[in-house]
Amino acid sequence: MNATSSKGTRVIGYSALAFTVLALFFGLVVSGPEVNMRESVRLMYVHVPTILGAYACYAVTLVGSIIYLRNRSEFWDLLAASAAEIGTLYLGFGLITGALWGRPTWGTYWEWDPRLTSTAVMFIMYLGYLAIRRMELPRDVRSQRAAVLGVVNIINVIVVHYSVQLWRGLHQGSTFGLDPQIRDMQYFSWFMGTVALGLIAAWLLIHRFRLAWLERQLEDQWLEEALAERRSEAI
Amino acid sequence: MLRDAWLMAVKDLRIEMATRVVTGQILPFGVLVLILFGFAIGPDLAVVVGPERRSMLAQAAPGLFWITVLLAALLALGRAFAVESADGNLDALMMAGLDPAGIFLGKLVAVAVQLLLLELVLGLGAFVLYSTPLAEPAMLAAVVLLATAAITAAGTVYAAVGSGLRVRDTLVPLLVLPVLSPVLLAAGLATDAAVFGTSDNGWLWTSVLGVFALVYVAVGMLAFGPIMEES
Repeated sequence: MNATSSKGTRVIGYSALAFTVLALFFGLVVSGPEVNMRESVRLMYVHVPTILGAYACYAVTLVGSIIYLRNRSEFWDLLAASAAEIGTLYLGFGLITGALWGRPTWGTYWEWDPRLTSTAVMFIMYLGYLAIRRMELPRDVRSQRAAVLGVVNIINVIVVHYSVQLWRGLHQGSTFGLDPQIRDMQYFSWFMGTVALGLIAAWLLIHRFRLAWLERQLEDQWLEEALAERRSEAI
Repeated sequence: MLRDAWLMAVKDLRIEMATRVVTGQILPFGVLVLILFGFAIGPDLAVVVGPERRSMLAQAAPGLFWITVLLAALLALGRAFAVESADGNLDALMMAGLDPAGIFLGKLVAVAVQLLLLELVLGLGAFVLYSTPLAEPAMLAAVVLLATAAITAAGTVYAAVGSGLRVRDTLVPLLVLPVLSPVLLAAGLATDAAVFGTSDNGWLWTSVLGVFALVYVAVGMLAFGPIMEES
């Protein structure tokens, strides 16, 4: 393999493109404004799928980390790392689109409500995970530590989520005060958005994983060449 | 395991008594941060809380205290692992057959003792500098003990992840502080209740802190071994 694209990724890529166009069409043109949120509901068609995509990627990271800790599989290690990158990208987009939605809806870009706050902390936790992936350590030591962190992060995310929930739950009632009434066409647009962003995530993940795989092979090749050179000097 | 923990803790505390880094450098740093908060917020700002008028510094004192403690804890944890990395001590201890959970507990106890000493002095400093009252000393004592356990447990795990790295000083804070944000939250709220005696939720948040302490110590004991493995 000397490139990261293949027939499979081309299929996924073109479908992602097609669904994105469809989602844009349905989201911006066909579906109407919502009762309370009016036009800003259109951001929901992007915001919710990005958050779901991020959670799905982090689930892959968790599974990959667990499997790596059990049998040291390079495949699952690199998959966990790639999924964390894509997940963090999506979570970042989720936070930004959420803030953009919040401005016209709540009048402010930020609210200290449980979900927002714990999502922001989760984002930083995974930035930490990505920082670990770049540590200057022997490869297997680094993968080992990152895998442990991949598992521990999820525990921490749960702890943060419940404590922030308790905090804001005690202090005030529902932050939203809005009751989103998503009707048929809007629900369909949201669904389109989810499919489109899901396909994009899969496409990004496969490419990123293959890139990481090729990088690792290059490292190994470099090492073998260096060893061969050294051996030939000894003769 | 407990014998190994005791050995580690005593060793670390002996090193501290000989070098006096925590008492001589980290403690003054903590007091300095308390003073800097005074500069940042200023003594003239006041808030009205119920029937009384309080200075902003006094009102914010619980939160400011815990932030100062967190910053000092980062330094103390960095120091705790810096003493090991110079000669590859942790690898040597693992190879010598010490139980990783025991090493973790020993480090935890040593850093916790140092942190408790810091908190005692910083707490006195906060009372003096910010003129805070003290409504429920027993609750405050419980909060301080449990929060220290939680901070030290989580901090030791992540300091171990970053040990031996050149980027340790920038990586470990990034890893530890998000994890400790719930502890900051719970400790701040519980301390608020203990100091001002206003909220009914003081013991609720203290028990939440207890749960954190348990979870972080348990996770730390399980995760420390895999983190320190070198193969």
